[in-house]
Amino acid sequence: MSAADTANDVPLPARKKRFNRNEVLAALIFVLPFVVVYAVLFIYPTLQMIWLSFHKAPLIGPGEFIGLDNYFKLFKDRLFGVAFWNTVYFVVLTVVPATLTALLIAIGVNRLKGWMQSLILACFFIPYILPVSVVFRVWGWMFDSQFGILQPLIALVAGDNVPVFRTLPLFMPTVAFITVWWTIGFNILLFIAGLRNISPEIYEAAALDGTSKWRQFTRITWPLIWPVTVLVLTIQLIAQFKIFDQVYLFGNGGRSDATMGLVQLIYRSAFQKNNGGYGATVAVVLFLIIVVFSVLQFQMLRARGEK
Amino acid sequence: MSSVATTPAAGEVVGMSPRKRRIIRTLDIVGLIATIVTVLGAIFWAFPLYWAVVTTLKVENDIVQPGIDLWPRRFTLDAYTHVLFNTKIGTWYINSLVTAISVTVLVVMMSALAGYAISQLKFPGRRILWWIILASFMIPIPALIVNHFVLISQFKLFNTWLGVILPQLVYGPVTVIIYKQFFDSVPKELREAAKIDNANEFQMFFKLYLPMNWGITTALAIITFIGAWNQFLWPFLAVTDEKMMNVTVGITQVTDAFGVKYARDLGSAILAGLPVAIVYLIFQRKVTEAIMLSAGIKG
Repeated sequence: MSAADTANDVPLPARKKRFNRNEVLAALIFVLPFVVVYAVLFIYPTLQMIWLSFHKAPLIGPGEFIGLDNYFKLFKDRLFGVAFWNTVYFVVLTVVPATLTALLIAIGVNRLKGWMQSLILACFFIPYILPVSVVFRVWGWMFDSQFGILQPLIALVAGDNVPVFRTLPLFMPTVAFITVWWTIGFNILLFIAGLRNISPEIYEAAALDGTSKWRQFTRITWPLIWPVTVLVLTIQLIAQFKIFDQVYLFGNGGRSDATMGLVQLIYRSAFQKNNGGYGATVAVVLFLIIVVFSVLQFQMLRARGEK
Repeated sequence: MSSVATTPAAGEVVGMSPRKRRIIRTLDIVGLIATIVTVLGAIFWAFPLYWAVVTTLKVENDIVQPGIDLWPRRFTLDAYTHVLFNTKIGTWYINSLVTAISVTVLVVMMSALAGYAISQLKFPGRRILWWIILASFMIPIPALIVNHFVLISQFKLFNTWLGVILPQLVYGPVTVIIYKQFFDSVPKELREAAKIDNANEFQMFFKLYLPMNWGITTALAIITFIGAWNQFLWPFLAVTDEKMMNVTVGITQVTDAFGVKYARDLGSAILAGLPVAIVYLIFQRKVTEAIMLSAGIKG
């Protein structure tokens, strides 16, 4: 990002009058809507969230300052442990499979030409633009314990129909699988963009040397696509840490604590138990986890931009 | 001796080409397998959606029959007529349309304006503003639900369109960043020429910079609309009144009093996803362009 250079390039003779009055006035009018919205809906709630986490307070209404008690409570809270590990489990189940599968699909799609490529890409991509409610209904029907089209297959393995979403060990892997199905189109797009950036001449040269396809992949494609892979991994990581919608819907309105994730714990504490202070505390922790990963992502984006 | 000397050389030339041909042929087989696997994968990926759509076109009694009918035995639109006339889906559609379009218009407008100022104008605080916008990438919006809710309650916007719309405006920063990049790449000569013609900043923005970047504006508007239409968590929290729900929330939170009806449930879901699916199919290129831009990859 070139923010630093562009902001510094005030021409020397203009030093005395650094800013043109009309220009500043126009600029203020231009940025005003954004700055107001940003301050009221972004910065204020963020600061208030931190403030609220030091209070014992209901969702709406005044509370009592209790310092770090919410944080101490958090680390002793069994439910927080469950929510944290469920989230990590979900992240592990989705991030790496979604990235690797997307790379394979992207390589396959990238080989195709013309309308064939558009059609095949659309098949993989279309789930990504659908709302979660559609994904929920579609896969609820696929796995339906009575009439689901997948039940004959499941019965073949398990001996009988299995209510997948009500069987705890199967719940997270199934929701993770559905999430990969839903969101993989995004990763595929990024990988295809990355593959197109690799010059075909490198492959031609390798083919002339009689390099095998496998070696071409390990020696050319994989190293050159690695930066995109890291980008996809971090974007996925950040996105999946915020898991709520699918787990909530498939978990039958989040009635079971066993499938709870961190955002759901925020929701549970603040909205269902009316403990705004504690909900905010969980939110701060989630916030910190994601900031760490985001800093990593940002550094990488910057590295890419400077290259 | 001479024959011995020439044979390997000849063998090399003649023998080389079948070997090369063999390599090419194996490559083609590998390529063919890769293509077949990719096509099968695409069918596997698209099948759940196909299966859902086909199910909605079946008679409810046929759906629960054993056996797999990949095409309806008896074709009917009952599921759709039922959902359209006997549920609140019409109202939910309007709520979704109003909120999603408002979010789109507001986000695109304020981001374009801010992006222009940061890209082209010199004003105090510009650098700080830019860094804050870049840093806001890191704030997980779902973590803000508690305080967005508090805010919305303070303004008494619970169960209103505005209450659904406002917190979604925080998805703006990425749009500002993309606009800034595009405005940066408008040639400076055009700006100088417009300056000589005495154009003020507003004319410059509306007559030069915005029209030159209509492509990116439509791309950003489409992706913002899809994102706003698909929102679940916030509209789910900000609305409890059935009449004010968005379609994505309504179809999962309000259950039919007549028990499980597969075709109807799926039909309502298909209807909920239809607008974004249509938008995507029409603007495929724009959607992919916008997605890559927001991931930091300039198409």
